[in-house]
Amino acid sequence: MKFRLNKRFITISAAILLALTLAITGCARSAPAPATGTELSGSFKVIGSNTVTPLTTIWAEEFMKMNPKANIAVSGPGSGVGIANLIDGTTDIAQASRKMKSREYDQAKEKGVNPYEIQVATDALSVVVHPSNPVSELTIAQLSAIFTNEITSWKEIGGNDAPIVAISRDTNSGTHVFFKEHVVQMQGLDTENKALEYGQDVLFLPSTEGGITEVANNPNAIFYPGLGYVDERVKPLAIKRTADDPAVLPSVETALDGTYPISRPLLYYTNGEPAGLIKAFVDYCRSSEGQAKVIEVGYVPLQ
Amino acid sequence: MLQRGASSATADAGLALSLRRRWRFGEKTIESFILLNGLLAIIVLLGVLFLLMREGLPVFTYTSPLKFFFGTKWYPVSEPPTFGMLSFFVATLWVTLVATAIAVPIGVGCAAYLAEVAPASVRETVKPIVELLAGIPSVVMGLIGLMLLSPLVQSTFNLNTGLSGLTAAIMLSMMSLPIIVSVSEDALRAVPKEFREASYALGATRWETIRHVCIPGALSGIAAAVMLGVGRAIGETMTVLMVAGGALAVPYSPTEPMMPMTAAIASGIGNAVRGGLQYQALFAIGLILFLMTLSVNLIADRVLERQKRKFTR
Repeated sequence: MKFRLNKRFITISAAILLALTLAITGCARSAPAPATGTELSGSFKVIGSNTVTPLTTIWAEEFMKMNPKANIAVSGPGSGVGIANLIDGTTDIAQASRKMKSREYDQAKEKGVNPYEIQVATDALSVVVHPSNPVSELTIAQLSAIFTNEITSWKEIGGNDAPIVAISRDTNSGTHVFFKEHVVQMQGLDTENKALEYGQDVLFLPSTEGGITEVANNPNAIFYPGLGYVDERVKPLAIKRTADDPAVLPSVETALDGTYPISRPLLYYTNGEPAGLIKAFVDYCRSSEGQAKVIEVGYVPLQ
Repeated sequence: MLQRGASSATADAGLALSLRRRWRFGEKTIESFILLNGLLAIIVLLGVLFLLMREGLPVFTYTSPLKFFFGTKWYPVSEPPTFGMLSFFVATLWVTLVATAIAVPIGVGCAAYLAEVAPASVRETVKPIVELLAGIPSVVMGLIGLMLLSPLVQSTFNLNTGLSGLTAAIMLSMMSLPIIVSVSEDALRAVPKEFREASYALGATRWETIRHVCIPGALSGIAAAVMLGVGRAIGETMTVLMVAGGALAVPYSPTEPMMPMTAAIASGIGNAVRGGLQYQALFAIGLILFLMTLSVNLIADRVLERQKRKFTR
């Protein structure tokens, strides 16, 4: 008798537990509530660029502190991933370190998604080498030659007699695409060549952190992280637009005044103009408060 | 109890009958449940194959199969995209080959020691520890490769970068070691004791017995162990993604950075829009990978079956 009672007790409690779990997950999944009152609540996802992730993470943390009922999930597998998720309808905001391509706009239209672009910050894409590397400045054309494997030794550009190990992000990354268009293919220069591609000996790594680690360990490596990822383990190079232009080091000031040649917008994409909770979040990111965080993370604010 | 004595005999008989009926019913249910489970495994396998074919094959309307297999350029995000997977395939071959070349001598040696030489107490402690090695998550193996092994490989072989096929292969060999040791040890212990006794009676030393009697006797089992290890190495993803380097050139030597098929799929699938060309191309690679591991496992299964039949006469 006692045994049977126990069994029933277990069944009932299991059922209650199951119901509770369902109820809780059900709540968490509910759509973002429109911001009618002063209290904002609901949850949404931000997926995309590895470069924008440190920034979005800080914004999300601050935003959730101010609005305890709001819940934001941030992940950074790469701009392409975020845009693909936006097109498939599996994220609310796609964070991107490059603009959407016309092909992606077409795909979005096919699926009934209407991408809306919002710039949230600017990034100076820095080119870094090992601190012991004597090379300190390069032109865009030289960088292009390095990443197409046309130049394979540091000696050819005034460095040691050592092979160049060129490191890139993989194709998921917006940085990969931005660097290809603006540096490898030299967009906007007289020497622009749309047929150029990354060379076959370039290493493709799945994360920016992995690239920094390799440069910090390898005296012959060269890599292009966002400004926010540069630390004392690596040495940023000064970049010349052409051989006649002055060499400029990447920094907040040089990106803001436009003298640093490889800077780019950091973007959010939403399906249609944002509303409710998401609008509140984007407004916060673009506010002076939010833009103050941009400098903290190491990127360049909008103004 | 005493009061109910009169009718208890007939009641018991009725109860027994109903119990038996219920028992038979219960057994039927369980039986069909088990059958269903068995079928489910097959259905899942066929479903995976069907899905891979449905998502992957359409890419061949864009690129001819010949160009897809033997092309050496993989530029999925360019306009227009190019898909040639030869370098991924060669990279997978290199990594698997080197991993097997490292893991097999060590694994079989370890198994021979455990089965033939080691006293029971050593065997009972060492074997579970070796099998625990299989439980280390592949991300952790990748981290170890990235932080510890890659600088070591770079300085030892005087390479441009430590992120190379060799580094990945060494990590993979450690990951396939537990399977190889465990399965070949079982195979060695299945060799009948009479074989060894006959060998010793003829004056053979322990080494000669292992070399000429035990290992040949267990050869099909060891071959199966190797196959299972190879299957593990081909399919491993996270570790190779982290340490193999990911260069797109066709690798001519295992010390070059390379991108095996699994890494190519993992690093590309995230930004592939469902149903797009890149998505289809990656599924086509997945299909080829699936057929490779499936055939390796089928061969291993067949060989293992033969080993079992050999000693159950």
